Amino acid sequence: MREYETVIGLEVHAELKTESKIFCACTTEFGGEPNTHVCPVCLGMPGALPVLNKKVVEYAIKAALALNCEIASICRFDRKNYFYPDLPKAYQISQQDFPIAAGGYLMINTPDGEKKIGINRLHMEEDAGKLVHAGDDIARADYSLVDFNRSTVPLVEIVSEPHLRSPGEARAYLDHLKAILEYTEVSDCKMQEGSLRCDANISVMPKGSKEFGVKTELKNMNSFRALQRALEYEVERQIGLLKEGKEVLHETRTWNEQKGITEVLRSKEEAEGYRFFPDPDLMPLVIDEQWVEAVKTTIPELPADKKERLMKDYDLPEYDAGVITSSKSLAKFYDSCVGLYDDPKEISNWLMGELLRLLNTNNIEIEDSPITAENLVELLKLQDEGVISGSIAKKVFEEMFETGTDPETIVEKKGLKQISDVGELGQIVNGVMEKNPQSVEDYRGGKERALKFLVGQVMKETRGKANPQLVNELFLKKL
Amino acid sequence: MDVSKLTITETRALLADRKINAQELINAFLSYIRKTDGDTKAFINVTEEQALMRAKKIDDAVKSGKNLGPLSGVPMGVKDNICTKDIKTTCASKMLDNFLPPYDATVVERLHDAGAITLGKLNMDEFAMGSSTENSYYFKTKNPWDGGRVPGGSSGGSAAAVASGQVVYSLGSDTGGSIRQPAAFCGVVGLKPSYGRVSRWGLVAFAPSMDQVGPITKNVRDCALVLNNIAGHDSLDTTSMDCEVPDYERALVDDIKGLRVGIPEEFFGKGTDPAVIDRVERAIGILEEQGAICEKTTLPNSKYALPVYYVIATCEASSGLARFDGVRFGCRSEAEDLVSMYKSTRAEGFGPEVKFRILLGTYLLGPENYDKYYTKALKVRTLIRDDFERAFKKYDILVSPTTPTTAFKFGERMSNPAAMRQSDLLTIPANMAGIPAITVPCGLVEGMPVGMQIMGRPFGEKTLLRAAYTYECHRGCDYMTPTTGGGLGEGV
Ligand SMILES: [Zn+2]
Repeated sequence: MREYETVIGLEVHAELKTESKIFCACTTEFGGEPNTHVCPVCLGMPGALPVLNKKVVEYAIKAALALNCEIASICRFDRKNYFYPDLPKAYQISQQDFPIAAGGYLMINTPDGEKKIGINRLHMEEDAGKLVHAGDDIARADYSLVDFNRSTVPLVEIVSEPHLRSPGEARAYLDHLKAILEYTEVSDCKMQEGSLRCDANISVMPKGSKEFGVKTELKNMNSFRALQRALEYEVERQIGLLKEGKEVLHETRTWNEQKGITEVLRSKEEAEGYRFFPDPDLMPLVIDEQWVEAVKTTIPELPADKKERLMKDYDLPEYDAGVITSSKSLAKFYDSCVGLYDDPKEISNWLMGELLRLLNTNNIEIEDSPITAENLVELLKLQDEGVISGSIAKKVFEEMFETGTDPETIVEKKGLKQISDVGELGQIVNGVMEKNPQSVEDYRGGKERALKFLVGQVMKETRGKANPQLVNELFLKKL
Repeated sequence: MDVSKLTITETRALLADRKINAQELINAFLSYIRKTDGDTKAFINVTEEQALMRAKKIDDAVKSGKNLGPLSGVPMGVKDNICTKDIKTTCASKMLDNFLPPYDATVVERLHDAGAITLGKLNMDEFAMGSSTENSYYFKTKNPWDGGRVPGGSSGGSAAAVASGQVVYSLGSDTGGSIRQPAAFCGVVGLKPSYGRVSRWGLVAFAPSMDQVGPITKNVRDCALVLNNIAGHDSLDTTSMDCEVPDYERALVDDIKGLRVGIPEEFFGKGTDPAVIDRVERAIGILEEQGAICEKTTLPNSKYALPVYYVIATCEASSGLARFDGVRFGCRSEAEDLVSMYKSTRAEGFGPEVKFRILLGTYLLGPENYDKYYTKALKVRTLIRDDFERAFKKYDILVSPTTPTTAFKFGERMSNPAAMRQSDLLTIPANMAGIPAITVPCGLVEGMPVGMQIMGRPFGEKTLLRAAYTYECHRGCDYMTPTTGGGLGEGV
């Protein structure tokens, strides 16, 4: 059977979190009553002119440097012309022929080791407004309204080379890219709020082939999971077509989250040309060496360096360090914990295990975690001091997550303190031995496993509060 | 009181000497407009109420002894593609028939700060596209010298209003000659400043890489006075130059001894009426008498200026005018769905010349044409600019006719677009090069005014004004008006 190879390139749009928009003084704040963060410029009024926000350039340089790009000494803005109601001027100011930066890369971890993924270019552009449909969707709406609060909010578009060879690699690339943009503090990277958006170009070809297959462009993936699922679906679909001897069509497809499939949006043949040309309202942008050097000094520790440091300073396994540093907020949370409690590996276990599991299932960002670093550390201390057992700790943790209460209060209120009183435990142990003579017999007959069962019975009666080590010791004594 | 012949200087003197107050003055102008504009039709909209309010404020300020701005109380008119806050700004298009800008253009704001009083908005070719003001959605404006002839365009209303004395001065915009050509046709002074000298904020764009706002006045001194108040960097327009603005009034010195004047032969070619050439050559004679050193020169690439202009201007316009889609402002045609709404709004809202230019620009920016036309046009534009740069190494100014002919008759060129475009032949090169150019009346041909064009180095408005002023001092009359038959006669 023929084997296939996948080729993926990603186009990522990240909103820059400057205070004002790229071409006017309006605030970039998310939310706000519709059409309150607007002015003649971002409404595309006749006679209004764009004025480039220097901070946007600075952020773009910062992101580009963190992605190992070359900064162009002269770049230019172009008009991308198309009609759509959310685009007030009927053109988007973007950078086509001379982007601010090009030729970068970032590293990703793959099952076969580290891999370098090329970044073709990074450019600045303005965002469009947002349509609000009066009805369920665009097709059935009676009318639509436009909110221009987002219009002219600064974006950088980061285009990867087609170096990604699987949906997993694409996911890893996006994870690392997001982390870098967060660490450099140029973007919030919130996919739900739309401050990070990702389109993908994907094709398949027979393994070892030198020529790429026909690609499709995928849109509308609103989460990291959606990106991976859409790519996985598309790989299957395209290979399926080729196996049936059919052709993959050059088209734009949209991810349907409910159905879990990609659907045709438009064929590339119908897609109109954007008639790019240099925007005569904006002068070419000159960036001198000193500016670039000045921005360079503001770049903080990046995720890859931080990962190295965690491995070195705390002896964390590479996997742990990778997960923790994949998000700036998570790394920050970890740092806070480590500062309060000296057991880096234990903290890492809790973060990567319980905390991430609960955050993910509840769709909560680490910034909004109901459990603070202080409370987590307090819980670990309670466990360490033998006040509660490990299994109780997990229950308390869940309670903390649900209610946001500190662990001590929960332990106190629910009476979850570990029973370490030998007299009290001895009585319970005796009771269990009386109720389970067969197991007692078995153990004495040499079946080691029977002890485990007996200990388990004690834990059950105490609802997990018995100090397991003491119980063990008591049984050994009495048996 | 006959207000129709007042210059800025005279108006200021009348007000300063308390011979008349601002409200009386404005009322006199308004009644003169009422009397004449039924025939001339220079105004799309007379803003009587706002003008009188502004005049009252000035009178109150005078009473309380406040310092007044340099243009205080002087009435002006504004081309209707320059935004005026809460006053309709139509671009003479059905598309913007109901458009009320929420802001003033920087030029308007600066003039109002200087005390100017706007009497109304002036007619033009729709979206500044045309050379006769016949492309206005509203009506045709008559040339005050001959009611059967066009006032030129696109700033035809601005030129006619000044020539007929309805306003003391006006603002126009010039992308390929739209200030200078109508000023020449109407026998008044018109200046297209250097690209970047005057803010474009609030000027509804036609071709942003060439558009400039400039004054249309009765004489050169007024031109300098208006320029003084509109020139200079504007933080809202990054293409406006952040460099010092000299006092242009101080440039008005009657002395051009040793001034090196180049006479580009391409501007005196076959397409130009020999009678027009004759008047301009006589004017050059006056410059020589005053000590200028005049010499023939050549700008070989300027012959490509017209086609290059049409490529660049239509490309830019096709994109800039795309925002008129019926979604947010201006006219909207009701339709079943979005695309039909776009189509019918634009089909009904734009006139034929605008549609032609949008279609042409859209076509030229297409993937198969972009390099062939747009990129090539930019390259030729550089050559044209280089020609001028070379010439200005040798000459301080270049002198030519402003237009190949005097004002033509209504309808004469509407059916012949190529002939219509020829009337911008001599003005377009200055826009291509971004240099300043002024037109001053230099005589009549068959009773119609002829303009002499003076072009200068980028930001060299001072030299232009000095040359124009010196010529005006020795021309033989202070200024020409249609009512006095020009004062200059057929030959100077
Ligand atoms: Zn804005």
